[in-house]
Amino acid sequence: MIVEALIHLVKVLLVIGFVMNVAGLLTWVERKQSAVMQDRIGANRADIFGFRLIGLFHPIADGLKMITKEDFIPPGGNRFLHTMAPFAAFFPALIAFAIIPFGDVLRVGGRIIPLQVVDFNVGVLYLLAVGGMSVYGVVLAGWSSNNKYSLLGGLRASAQLISYEITLGLSIIGVLMVFQTLQLSEINRLQGELLFGFIPKWGVVVQPLAFLLFFTAAVAESRRIPFDQPESESEIIGYFTEYSGMKWGMFMFADFIETVTVAGVATSVFFGGWQVPYLFADGFHFPWGSIVALPHLAVILLQVASFVFKVLFFCWLLMTIRWTLPRFRYDQVMRLGWKYLLPLSLFNILATGVVILALQAL
Amino acid sequence: MNVAAINISLGGIGPLLILSATALVVLAIDCFWPSERRSHLAYVTVAGCLVALGATWRLWGAQEAVFGRMIIVDNYSTFFTGIFIVGTTITTLLSIGYTSRMGIDRAEYYALLLFATVGMIMMAQGLNLITIFLGLETLSISLYILAGIQRQRAASIEASLKYFLLGAFSSAFFLYGVALTYGATGSLDLEHITRAVGETTFASKPLLLIGVGLMLIGFGFKVATVPFHVWTPDVYEGAPTSVTAFMSVGAKAAGFGAFVRVFSISLQPLSPDWTHLLWLLAVATMVVGNVMAIAQTNIKRLLAYSSIAHAGYVVVAMVAASALGTSSVLFYLLVYTFMNLGAFGVVLVLGRQDEEVLAIDDFAGLGRRAPALAAAMALFMFALAGIPPTAGFVGKFYIFSAAVQGGFVGLAVIGVLASLVSVYYYFRVVVVMYFMEPAGEIPLAPRSAPATVALVIAAAATLALGLFPSPFITAASRSLVAVLF
Amino acid sequence: MAAVAFYLVSAVAIACAALVIFQPNVVYSALFLIGTLLALAGLFLLLNAQFIAIVHIIVYVGAIMVLFLFVIMLLDLGRDPAGTEQLPYQRGLGIGLGVLFLAELALMVSFGGGLAGAPEGPLPAAFGYTEVLGRMLFTTYLFPFEATSILLFVAAIGAVVLGKRRG
Repeated sequence: MIVEALIHLVKVLLVIGFVMNVAGLLTWVERKQSAVMQDRIGANRADIFGFRLIGLFHPIADGLKMITKEDFIPPGGNRFLHTMAPFAAFFPALIAFAIIPFGDVLRVGGRIIPLQVVDFNVGVLYLLAVGGMSVYGVVLAGWSSNNKYSLLGGLRASAQLISYEITLGLSIIGVLMVFQTLQLSEINRLQGELLFGFIPKWGVVVQPLAFLLFFTAAVAESRRIPFDQPESESEIIGYFTEYSGMKWGMFMFADFIETVTVAGVATSVFFGGWQVPYLFADGFHFPWGSIVALPHLAVILLQVASFVFKVLFFCWLLMTIRWTLPRFRYDQVMRLGWKYLLPLSLFNILATGVVILALQAL
Repeated sequence: MNVAAINISLGGIGPLLILSATALVVLAIDCFWPSERRSHLAYVTVAGCLVALGATWRLWGAQEAVFGRMIIVDNYSTFFTGIFIVGTTITTLLSIGYTSRMGIDRAEYYALLLFATVGMIMMAQGLNLITIFLGLETLSISLYILAGIQRQRAASIEASLKYFLLGAFSSAFFLYGVALTYGATGSLDLEHITRAVGETTFASKPLLLIGVGLMLIGFGFKVATVPFHVWTPDVYEGAPTSVTAFMSVGAKAAGFGAFVRVFSISLQPLSPDWTHLLWLLAVATMVVGNVMAIAQTNIKRLLAYSSIAHAGYVVVAMVAASALGTSSVLFYLLVYTFMNLGAFGVVLVLGRQDEEVLAIDDFAGLGRRAPALAAAMALFMFALAGIPPTAGFVGKFYIFSAAVQGGFVGLAVIGVLASLVSVYYYFRVVVVMYFMEPAGEIPLAPRSAPATVALVIAAAATLALGLFPSPFITAASRSLVAVLF
Repeated sequence: MAAVAFYLVSAVAIACAALVIFQPNVVYSALFLIGTLLALAGLFLLLNAQFIAIVHIIVYVGAIMVLFLFVIMLLDLGRDPAGTEQLPYQRGLGIGLGVLFLAELALMVSFGGGLAGAPEGPLPAAFGYTEVLGRMLFTTYLFPFEATSILLFVAAIGAVVLGKRRG
C-alpha cells in the first residue's frame, strides 16, 4: 500500500518535474533559437562566477527577477480574482500531462507499474476538458484588471480558445474512430502495430489530415504566433496588460507549459507516444526478418527516450513556427477556425467513417 | 440490442422528414440563389407542406410504435399532424405579401415555420417524454425567434424576450416534472408509466404527483391557461401578426396534443388526482380569458385573450376524460385552427407598408369598403363566438356535451355562461365594421392572391365543418380507437 | 469511502448553488455556478459515469459558462451589485415559496417511500463506458439523438437571425 503510494508519488514528481523543466528551458530555447534564426547571438549575459554556459542561467535569472518585482493590482480591479487568474491559467496546463503515458508497463520485482500517472478510460476527453478549463484564467485576468484593453484581450483570447477547441476535439475523433478507444494507454499500444508489415500504425499515418488540423488548432490553443491574438503585442497588448511580477510570469510560464503539453498530446495521439518503430516488448523485430533481443529495462528506457525525444522535437517545431510565420489578424483567425478548419475536421470524420465501413465490407 | 430491434420506420416519420428537408431546401435556395423578393420560398414551403400532408394521409390507419418506442404512429398523432400542417400551409400563404411589407421576408422565416411544425409533430408523435420534450423545445425555440424576427421594431424584440424568458422557465418546470416522474415510475415511456401507475403496489405516488404537477405547469404555459397565461397578450401583440396567427393555433394544438396524450391517456389511472386541478384550470381560464377580452381595444390583444378562453374550453373537454371528451378536443382544435387563422388573416391583410391596423375602432366602415373581407371577418367572429351554423358551434357543442356526459354539469354551465360573455366582444368587432362611421381611411394592403386563397380556405372550412361535421367527427373519434398504445 | 465522497461532493454542489444566488456579485455567481457544475461532474464520476462526467465538464464548464462570463463582462454587470431592480417583496416571497416547496418535497418523499426502479445489486461490468453509451445513443435513443440536431440547428439559425447585422 505504502509502496504503491510512493510509486505514484514518484511518477507524479517525475512528470511535473519534466514538464516544468522543459517549460523553463523553453524560455531559453525561444530566445536562443530566435537569435540563431535571425543571425544574432541571443541571451548570454547571465553568469554565475563568470560561467555563462551559453546563457543557460537566464531562466533562473528571470525567475528571480520576477519574484522580486513589485506585484501591482490596478485600483478598481478585483483583488481576489486578479490574484486567482494566473493560477486558473497555470493549473489546467499542468494537470493535462497526468494522462499522457510516457512508456509502456514497467515490470520490476513482480510489480507492474504503468508509466503514466492516471490511466483514465476516457483519457482523450479528459485532455479536452482540461483544455477547456484553461480559458478561465484568460477571461478572469482580462476582467479583473479593470482595463478595457485587458477585457478586450481576454474576450478575444477566450473566443479564440473556444473556437479552436472544437477543431481540436473533432480532429482527434478521427483517431478515436480508427483505434476504437478513448484510453490513451490503449491508443499508444495500438500504434505499435504495423500496416502492411512495415509501416508503423501511428496516428499521423492513418489520419494525416486530422494531424494537420490538430496541430494547427493546437498552436492556436497554446496562444503562440501565428495565433497570438490573446496577447497581440502590437495592438491591444492583451489580457495580462495589468499584470506584473511573478503573476505575469505565471501567465508566460503557463504558455510554455501549454506548449509542452501540446507537444505531448501530439506525440501521444499522432506519433506513437513511447513507441519506437519495430521495437516490441522483447526487442526489435525488423520487417526484413532480423531480430535484436533486448532486456526489459532497455526496452523501457528506449521507449521513454523515444517519448522525450518526440516531445522535444515538437517543442522545437512550435518554436520554429513561431519565429517563421507572421501573425494573423483577428478576423483571419476566426475565419480560418470556423470556415476552414471546422468543416475540414467534420469532413475528416465523415471520410474516416466511410473508409472504415468500406474496409469492414471488404 | 441491434438496429433492427428498434424498428426504424422512415415512413412513420415521413411528414417530419419531408418538412425538415423542405426547410433545408428553403435555406439552401436562399443561400445559393439569393434574390430580392422571396415569395418563391413561400411557394416551396407550401409545396413541401402539401407533400407532407400527402404523407400524413397515407399514415392514417397505421398503428405502431417505432424507433425503439420513441415515436408512435397512430391515428391520434396523424390527426394532429394533419392539423399542424394545414395550419402551417395557411400561415405560409397568408405570409406572402405581409412578410415583404413588414421587412421580415427572409428564408429563415419560412425555415423556422417548418422547423416549428417539425417540433409540433414530435410532440404529437412522442411516446416517450424525451421525444415530447425535444419537440416542445424545437417548437418553442423556433417561436422565440419568429416572435423577434422583426428586429427593427422594439415590440417584436420585447415579445421575443418575454416569451423566451418565461418559456425557458416553464420548460424547466416541465423537465423537472419529467425527472420526478422518471424517479417515481422508473421509465419515461408513456405506456410503462401507465403500467407503473396502475400497479397496486405503486409506492412512490407522492413523488409522481409533484412531477405531474410540474408537467401540468409546463403544458399549461404552452397552451396558455390561467394562471400561466400572462405572457400571451404581450407576446401576441408584439410578434408579427403572421407569427401570432401561427403560434395561436399551432403551438396551442401541439401543446394539447402532448397534454392530452400524457394526461388523459398515459396518466389516466391517476385521473382522480388531476381532474380537480384541471377543473379549476378550466374555470379560471374561461372566466379570465373572456372577461379580460371585453376591455381590449387592440384586435391582437383581443384575439390573445380569446385564445386563452378557447384553451379553457379545450381543458373542459379534458376534464371529461372520456372518449367523447378526447375526440371533441381533436375536433375543436381542427375547427379552431381554421377560424382563428382566418381571424388573424383578416387583420394581417389590412394595413400598408410597415404599418398595421390594430385598433378595433379602425375597422369602422370596413363593411362598405371591403365587403368580402368584412364578411369573412364576421364569419370568423361568429365561429369563435360559437354561433350556428359555423364550426365553432359544433365544436363547443361537443365539448360541453362531453362535460355533461362525464357528470361535470356545473363546469358545462360555467363554460356556456363564459361563451355568452364572449359573444359581446366578438360582436363588437362586427358592429364596428358595419355600423360605425370611420374616423379616417383604413389603409388597405395591396391585394395578395395567396392570402386571399388562404382566407377563402379558412372561411370555407369554417362553414363546411359547421354544416357537415360528421366525417370529421368520425375521424376524430376514430383517432381514439387504438390510441391506448 | 464512496459515501464520504458522495456527501462531500454533494455538500460542495449545494453550497456553491446557494452562493450563486446569495451573493451580489454576478461574476462570482457565475464562478460558483462553475463550482456547482464541477461538483455535479464529480457526482457523475461517483456513479461510474466517466463519459458523462467529462462531457459535462467540456460542455458546461468549457463552453457554456465561458459564454455566460462573456456576456456578464461585456455588459459590465459585475460592478454594480444587483438589487436595485427587485420587485417589492420579491425576496421574501421567493424564499417563502422555495421553503414551502422544499418542505412539500421532503414530506412527500418521506411519506412516499423509495424510488421505483432503483437498480439493485452490482452494476453491469461495462456500465457507464463510452461504448455502451454510444450503442444506446444509436439504437434505443436514435430518434431523440437525431432530433436534437434539428433542435440545435434551429438554435443556430436563431442566433444568426437575431444577431446578424442587417436590416
